Amino acid sequence: MLDTLQEIIGAIKRNKMRTIATGFAVASGLFLIIVLQGAGNGVINSFESNMGNFAFDAIHIFGGRTTKPHEGIKEGRYIQLDSRDVEMTERSFSHYVKDVMPSLNQGGLIVSHGAQHLSATLMGVKPGWDEMNAVKIVYGRFINEIDMRQKRKSVVISDVNAETLFPHERNVVGKTLDFNGISYTVVGIYKDEQMSNERTFYAPFTTISTIYNRGQFINRLSMIIHNIEGDSAMNQFMDEYTRASSHIHSFAPDDKQALWIWNQAESNQEMKKTRRILHTAFWILGLLTLVSGVVGVSNIMLISVKERTREFGIRRAIGARPWSIVRMVMAESVVITAFFGYIGMLLGVFFCEYMDSTVGNQTMDIGVFQAKYFVNPTVDLSTCLTATVIIIVAGVLAGLFPALGAVKVKPIDALRG
Amino acid sequence: MIRLVNIHKTYQGAQPLHVLKGIDLHIQKGEFVAIMGASGSGKSTLLNILGILDNYDEGEYTLAGTPIRNLSETRAADYRNRMIGFIFQSFNLIGFKNAVENVALPLFYQGVGRRKRNQLALEYLDRLGLKDWAHHYPNELSGGQKQRVAIARALITQPKILLADEPTGALDSQTSLEVMEILKDLHRQGLTIVVVTHDSGVAHQTEKIIHIKDGVIERTLC
Repeated sequence: MLDTLQEIIGAIKRNKMRTIATGFAVASGLFLIIVLQGAGNGVINSFESNMGNFAFDAIHIFGGRTTKPHEGIKEGRYIQLDSRDVEMTERSFSHYVKDVMPSLNQGGLIVSHGAQHLSATLMGVKPGWDEMNAVKIVYGRFINEIDMRQKRKSVVISDVNAETLFPHERNVVGKTLDFNGISYTVVGIYKDEQMSNERTFYAPFTTISTIYNRGQFINRLSMIIHNIEGDSAMNQFMDEYTRASSHIHSFAPDDKQALWIWNQAESNQEMKKTRRILHTAFWILGLLTLVSGVVGVSNIMLISVKERTREFGIRRAIGARPWSIVRMVMAESVVITAFFGYIGMLLGVFFCEYMDSTVGNQTMDIGVFQAKYFVNPTVDLSTCLTATVIIIVAGVLAGLFPALGAVKVKPIDALRG
Repeated sequence: MIRLVNIHKTYQGAQPLHVLKGIDLHIQKGEFVAIMGASGSGKSTLLNILGILDNYDEGEYTLAGTPIRNLSETRAADYRNRMIGFIFQSFNLIGFKNAVENVALPLFYQGVGRRKRNQLALEYLDRLGLKDWAHHYPNELSGGQKQRVAIARALITQPKILLADEPTGALDSQTSLEVMEILKDLHRQGLTIVVVTHDSGVAHQTEKIIHIKDGVIERTLC
């Protein structure tokens, strides 16, 4: 093994210029693959960070207004969701629905602390809502089971609202807020990701239900779905759900307006598709560059093999098996591609880090909120590993054909050559 | 040691060339034989067949009791490595390897370890008076020195036969004499040697001269 390596290094040293030219082709190919992947990731990551507040496989159901008369009831009736919808979803759609979560809204409130006041909506939610909707807690905690059981008047507020309501205070958790005369204790602060001045205040579902006398009613039924692949499966699921709901609320099963459905899962699939396409596009671009590098290596190996025909003839005359010649040429090719490919990869990674530290943090202001157009434009380990495998395969391929050509010549012809 | 029966060889091409037309040849162990002939007589082809560098179309070739027929390139390489030592007119040393490395190369293909083969190579170079030149590269050596390196390389595997193709062809007369002295010395030590040459001065230093003309053995002088 060491011997073979020394043979290779000897041969490579002999022709530095050729080796460097080859190396440059491979290194630039790998460099471009990594940089393109990194830039692609930057674009994709910025996509996701700008849409960070949405859970991706959630469907939200709201009560709508009927547009068709049904069983003697006229159209134009408002549908009010209630606990039966929750039970029905859990019972009938357990295969498709991972998590069901009802919530209540109490809008038109004024929240105040001292002289500060804001208009506010209290949203009664259950524990786990934060995970489902990607709500990030920065201080304290979210609504928990004890809040629910004891119907505590706990509230989770956004960082922006915390600053407005408590302009001079550092520790807001534990302080009380007044919502139209009812005191709530702040238990946590969540990050208002888009600085959108969100006026939603989260409170325990049971608290809102009791205080505002909502009975069994709910405003929104959110669910996390799974096992639904593709558009037709999604449409079928929606139709079935509407039909099931129509039995509870007595509306026409084909009345599309009776329920208002906000399907994040669908837009998420679009996102995933876009992401995949971008990824593939960047890989293809990088691979094409690499292919030209590999063709370059192969060409140079071909010339090298031609030049060394006589050397191979001598080696074979004194007892080198064809396989050992093939192995030598291929190993040479792999060593060249691997070495320079690795350098290209490292440079690519450094360049990505450089991008990350410069344009990676720039934001552009698009009015309503700020968007980053490049977030973390770097590559992960698996990309590097894939690239490494590609380099080695490329090296083997680049060497294979010249090597096979080298031993196709009869040793005696090679000696004359 | 070498037994050829009715060897035929035709080079295929636009115009097929029948080079060897039935060669019968027996060379005993320890013989020192010269094959002579004009260019185009087929003597080089014969040497290539003897050296398993080329195949033949018809006949029978037995080398040291081993039939040489329809060998795979891998088998042929192994036989060349273990049974045959080559000396070429143009030395055929590898330019980017020094003398020791060149001499040791056949052992590399036998899988002998680096330390051992370099030590053996040094011994053989020493025997040929080149110890001080062991770490020189071919382009730093004179023609005679290069040929002596090539001889050391041919001998290092302790081959059954030594095949020399115009071993003095690229050397001046003085150096030629030296090289022939080495070959004669090896012959005295019991090695079987076949030399191909068109130089009768070289041929007459051997025991037996085989004249080839137009692909057949014209006559044999002892």
